[in-house]
Amino acid sequence: MRGCVRLSRIISLLAALVLTGAATGGPVGAAAGTAPKRVVSINLCTDQLALLLAAPGQIVSLSHLSHDPDSSSMAEAAQAYPTNGSGAEEVYLLSPDLVLAGTFTASATVRMLRDLGIRVELFAPARSLEDIPERMAQMGAALGRAPEAEAQIARFHADLARLSAPPARRPRAALYYVNGYTTGDRTLAGDILRAAGFDNVATEAGLEQGGTLALEQLILLAPEVIVSGRDYPGQARAEEVLTHPALHALTGTRIAGTLTDRDWICGTPLVLSAVQKMRDLRLSLEVKK
Amino acid sequence: MSLMTLRDLTVLRGECPVVDHVSLRVERGECIGLIGPNGAGKTTLLRAALGLLPASGDSTLAAQPAPERARTAAWMPQAREIAWPVTVERLIALGRIPHLPRGARLRPQDRAATDAAIARMGLESYRSRIATHLSGGEQGRVLIARALAQETPLLIADEPIAGLDPAHQIATMQVFEDLAHEGCSVIVSLHDLGLAARHCTRLLMMERGRLVADGPPSEVLTPENVDRVFGISAFYETTAQGPVFQPMAVTR
Amino acid sequence: MRLALGLIALVALLFVLSLISGQAPVGASQSLRALITDDGTPLSVVMREIRLPRALLAAMIGAVLGLSGAAMQGYLRNPLAEPGLIGVSGASALGAVLAIQTGLSLMIPLALPLAALGMAVLAVLLILALAGPRGTSITLILAGIAISALAGALTSLALNLSPNPFAAADIVFWMMGSLADRSFTHVWLAAPFMAVGAALLLSLGRGLDALTLGEDAAQALGVNLSGLRLRLILGTAACVGAATAVAGAIGFVGLVVPHLLRPAVGARPSSLLWASALGGAAMVLAADIAVRELLPARDLKLGVLMALVGAPLFLHLIYKTRKEMA
Repeated sequence: MRGCVRLSRIISLLAALVLTGAATGGPVGAAAGTAPKRVVSINLCTDQLALLLAAPGQIVSLSHLSHDPDSSSMAEAAQAYPTNGSGAEEVYLLSPDLVLAGTFTASATVRMLRDLGIRVELFAPARSLEDIPERMAQMGAALGRAPEAEAQIARFHADLARLSAPPARRPRAALYYVNGYTTGDRTLAGDILRAAGFDNVATEAGLEQGGTLALEQLILLAPEVIVSGRDYPGQARAEEVLTHPALHALTGTRIAGTLTDRDWICGTPLVLSAVQKMRDLRLSLEVKK
Repeated sequence: MSLMTLRDLTVLRGECPVVDHVSLRVERGECIGLIGPNGAGKTTLLRAALGLLPASGDSTLAAQPAPERARTAAWMPQAREIAWPVTVERLIALGRIPHLPRGARLRPQDRAATDAAIARMGLESYRSRIATHLSGGEQGRVLIARALAQETPLLIADEPIAGLDPAHQIATMQVFEDLAHEGCSVIVSLHDLGLAARHCTRLLMMERGRLVADGPPSEVLTPENVDRVFGISAFYETTAQGPVFQPMAVTR
Repeated sequence: MRLALGLIALVALLFVLSLISGQAPVGASQSLRALITDDGTPLSVVMREIRLPRALLAAMIGAVLGLSGAAMQGYLRNPLAEPGLIGVSGASALGAVLAIQTGLSLMIPLALPLAALGMAVLAVLLILALAGPRGTSITLILAGIAISALAGALTSLALNLSPNPFAAADIVFWMMGSLADRSFTHVWLAAPFMAVGAALLLSLGRGLDALTLGEDAAQALGVNLSGLRLRLILGTAACVGAATAVAGAIGFVGLVVPHLLRPAVGARPSSLLWASALGGAAMVLAADIAVRELLPARDLKLGVLMALVGAPLFLHLIYKTRKEMA
């Protein structure tokens, strides 16, 4: 009985706290005219966009994953900054004036930070190469670094145009991941493949976005190249599909191994190195012929 | 040649002897009743003699290799276990296991032995009934038939007639007597001293693990023995219709 | 005899059906032709490298699981004994996961089935120690729950500690079992263990028949009980260990199949052995066809289907044993 009383009191206290936070926090969040001075990123992709565009000293902290060389294309650059666990409590104590988060970041964290009066800028994940300039522009505006963003966007367009010149022949390729997952054209990975001059067999299987492609379906599609997902440390049964003997029994198909690495994850100009690698792969195919 | 010889057979439970230096010989053609009050060690003696329990002393049966022993002595335990709903005929045919060559199915002589056991126990009409669906007494008779089908020179049965109706008790004891006439031997533990007196050629009387009397019923079922071991008085006389033993009163 | 022929025909039919069912929409005759003559087409690769090992594994795993169930039931004289329910499969899965997560199976491929076998031996020993010589239903089920829970928890722990982000998702595979994307590597890995295990279990027939009369009577019939127990432990462990190492824990096969076939063989434990092997092969083949035909896009786990069929029967058996005890 006593426990109940205590619990209800705690709840009402919490509610009061949250309400006052919201009341005082509202106006601060709206006042975003000047460049933020203490920026905290809690998402792997916003980490990298911020590293590309922020002014020196602007970034206070990046997400844990930013230091992971398997996940982040800019792990080396990120070493200069401390990391955070992306929890509301920890981030709040850093007293940031701007928090960068992905739209898939835990919504409770984002709501809590906003209720505490912190400005949170949300970035949607890139679903195509076209999304990348938009995200860069958004980051430039959020950090008050629009001119830098413009310049980098221009360079991105030029590099992409150079890499994705239409090839004489478009080989058929498949992106094949753990558990038989494949990605279709309407994804960032699919777009990288397309830009590098490949046709994606997932489209033939009717998978525009991506989905599970049974091993036997993949084999019957007989793509010229199979690009598999990155090799994670340790072992999982789910990964065994990538080493199935049937893949190697397929004559006329090249198993390109694990190419989809950290450069394929986030919509930043660094995806161009992925496009470059895939383009090299395509050119090596043509040489063999 | 004796069928079984025990010499100083002793089974200890902890410090306490449950079977205490029992020595005896079983010859061919004997129908032996093993009698004694509850806890006297009858079951333990029989199991130890068969080598189913670790014991000190000698038992010619226990010394035999298991397959050979299974062709010398059949054993019908007190607990009437029938684990699966098999037919009576099939259950009785399990007695043929020691005689079957490795991997062989039932041969004509095995079927003959099974049929003979069924006939001896009067179970013809039960042949294709499911054994687990029978009453306790009927199951008992089926299990005796199973032991008979083993066709061993020695049959050892632990309280085989317990729970049988009077007609079947008498008929079963008669079967054992007939076996003895045919040159086999039977050791049967039982509590019905009247049946023991009438049908057995020899009685073994046990008390607290020791064999206290061994001989023809008239020598074993003396008033002193019956009083000392069972704590009862009895009426025992040889009548025109054979020996009659009837417990009368508790003396303690 | 008629039962044996019928079961063999059923297994053969389901084997062919398994070969022609799959996600790829290809005609039956075309795929069977591609199986028989290797014409170098992708379809031949699919038939020979994906569907053939899958169908073979389904038949092999079903056979040894059905056989193990029949043997354990015969030995314990209890129709509830089943390798999955009493934790042997769970323990095997733990062994397999440990072999994989320690990297041992990468260095020595045989470490995978051996580790599964080792844990299975442990589990069977534990069950026999806990349930006693004549396992009563209650101790058997309680011991099984305890061993399953412990093995499941340790499996989850091992997978959660893995640096691989997909290892945790593997928990479902190890607990429920699946034949998706298995290859001849797995067939060759499991086959020798299954062959030895099945030979050991099939040799138990006469002893299990004798055990119908209880341990004492069986011993007096010349059955060497300790030898029988040893063969049972090793045989079950080899069968279940090998099956689980390549396909995860598939439950209920050893419960459902002997239960269905017992009346057909007149309840004789020895006949039930081979009958359950054939029946188990048919059942897992059928289940594996069903998981592909019912929800082709989702990798529906075999164990899910088996549990949907097996659990109600399990409940029924518990109810029946309770009534018999009362």
